[in-house]
Amino acid sequence: MSDSLSSFPKFPVTGKKATRDGFGAGLAEVGDSNDKVVALCADLVGSLKMEAFIEAHPERFFQMGISEANMMGVAAGLATAGHIPYTGTFANFSTGRVYDQIRQSIAYSDKNVKICASHAGLTLGEDGATHQILEDIGLMKMLPGMTVINPCDYNQTKQATIAIAEHHGPVYLRFGRPNWPVVMPEDYEFVIGKGIVLKEGTDVSIFATGHMLWQAMAATEQLEADGISCEVINIHTIKPLDEELVLRSVRKTGRVVTCEEHNRIGGLGDAIAQVCVKNHPVPQEYVAVDDSFGESGKPEELLEKYGLGIDDVVAAVKRCIGR
Amino acid sequence: MANLQELQRTATQVRRDIVRQVAGIGTGHPGGSLGCADLLTALYFGVMKHDPSFNMEGKGEDVFIMSNGHISPLFYSVLARSGYFDVAELDSFRRMGSRLQGHPTTHEGLPGVRVATGSLGQGISVAAGMAAAKKLDGDDRWVFCLTGDGEQQEGQVWEAALFGHMYKLDNFIVICDRNHQQIDGATEDVMDLMDVSAKWAAFGWHTMKVDGNNMEELLATLKAAKALRGHGKPIFIEMHTTMGSGVDFMMKGHAWHGKAPDVEQTKTALAQLEETLGDY
Repeated sequence: MSDSLSSFPKFPVTGKKATRDGFGAGLAEVGDSNDKVVALCADLVGSLKMEAFIEAHPERFFQMGISEANMMGVAAGLATAGHIPYTGTFANFSTGRVYDQIRQSIAYSDKNVKICASHAGLTLGEDGATHQILEDIGLMKMLPGMTVINPCDYNQTKQATIAIAEHHGPVYLRFGRPNWPVVMPEDYEFVIGKGIVLKEGTDVSIFATGHMLWQAMAATEQLEADGISCEVINIHTIKPLDEELVLRSVRKTGRVVTCEEHNRIGGLGDAIAQVCVKNHPVPQEYVAVDDSFGESGKPEELLEKYGLGIDDVVAAVKRCIGR
Repeated sequence: MANLQELQRTATQVRRDIVRQVAGIGTGHPGGSLGCADLLTALYFGVMKHDPSFNMEGKGEDVFIMSNGHISPLFYSVLARSGYFDVAELDSFRRMGSRLQGHPTTHEGLPGVRVATGSLGQGISVAAGMAAAKKLDGDDRWVFCLTGDGEQQEGQVWEAALFGHMYKLDNFIVICDRNHQQIDGATEDVMDLMDVSAKWAAFGWHTMKVDGNNMEELLATLKAAKALRGHGKPIFIEMHTTMGSGVDFMMKGHAWHGKAPDVEQTKTALAQLEETLGDY
């Protein structure tokens, strides 16, 4: 496709698809291959793209109605009995709304529940701040034992959805609504907790998660043209963080820029800062929402307004280089 | 199954265990524990098919979830007395490093506990999930869940009630400890529950009532409840109890919800409870 970036020859753009569609496809596939997988949804089947699973395995699907608290508890009960429940609703209702249910009945009780959260972040768009959670990564990563994954595109979301069935323990899988460039190869092996180096570089390490990987890649195209050598790393698993990869890169470049569709407080940037400050302190710039709520708008407009545009990544890298 | 007199004697020892655990550490919740002692004795020593070697999944077994986790000294006594762990471990109740945490958890690996409870309103949903799993797995055993009456003030309870009806969980029995007491006073004064059974009936459940401090009546009611299998409805039992049942000075109001007896009070309490099975 013409959108492909010359800085990323191994990661050409193969289309534009929504990460939630990747979840739907992954759920259907893992439902076929693993009969322990059950799915629950709080009245958002179409939004979460769960139709294919439901059609293939109606007996293993639980429509929960608009009852997210009960959904988390029922999922914990199904997991107790040996099933692998995947819960589906918007990120806001998957986390903040049911935090104590997740904390007590799932995380503290070590239940093998996969909390699958769509419509995360600003790119939910027109529905506005009531539905655009920007605090969910922080909320979930603070829970002991919780794995937190925010895939970057359709293929990675599909791969992650399949991979988490094989991981015993609670998982928070965060994805989104809009169509978004697909850059990960279909056959790329997804490993929980292992970051992916998309491009090596020497001047700055750009760590990006979720939709922001594309912003970081597009920014890199400009930065390279300006003579700045960027190392671009996709951190799909925010917890457990790939500390070894982070430190290897940071020791080489000496500078960090983090990119996430999340509040700057408590997200990927803080996770990476924590590792660096302890092991190898370096200048760091955050591309993240500056401790605010979102609002209604088109995804692209919102990303620009809230400092998550491609130009914002470029500016953050230049600020970091200048420090 | 133990006979009536044996069950009553077991319940008396369980009550001693409750008082001694709470008195031993100086904290805990004796009131509701004593009130529900007869029910848990009936379940664990009479009604439920269960395996003290403990398997988390509970396949082929009846499982019990105690949503009102604060009455943990009762749960621990019954689990220990039925062989899940050594009764001597009751002495570690609420102590640092103990598996017998203030509220029951799976985190320390205590056999018999399947989920952490005590943050109210959540256990019924978890139990409903286990009942749904039994349906899915073709497992014809039962799921029992105990909930407090104050707990009925939590919205999640009613989400779970809708779910139980929708999925026709006729393998699921929810028992509500209707002692009319909660921390801040009588339920009528704190947040009036009115007719609890009428609410569950309106949510599509089969409802029953029982005197929860009458072993004979408890056994008969649980038997009648189990006979309702196949009707496609989950079952709700409004269980009337007296908080503090078995210890006269604890049976007045809500004062003993979460308070430990002092040395003299402990002596008085234990004098009212015969040591039937041997203290730990």
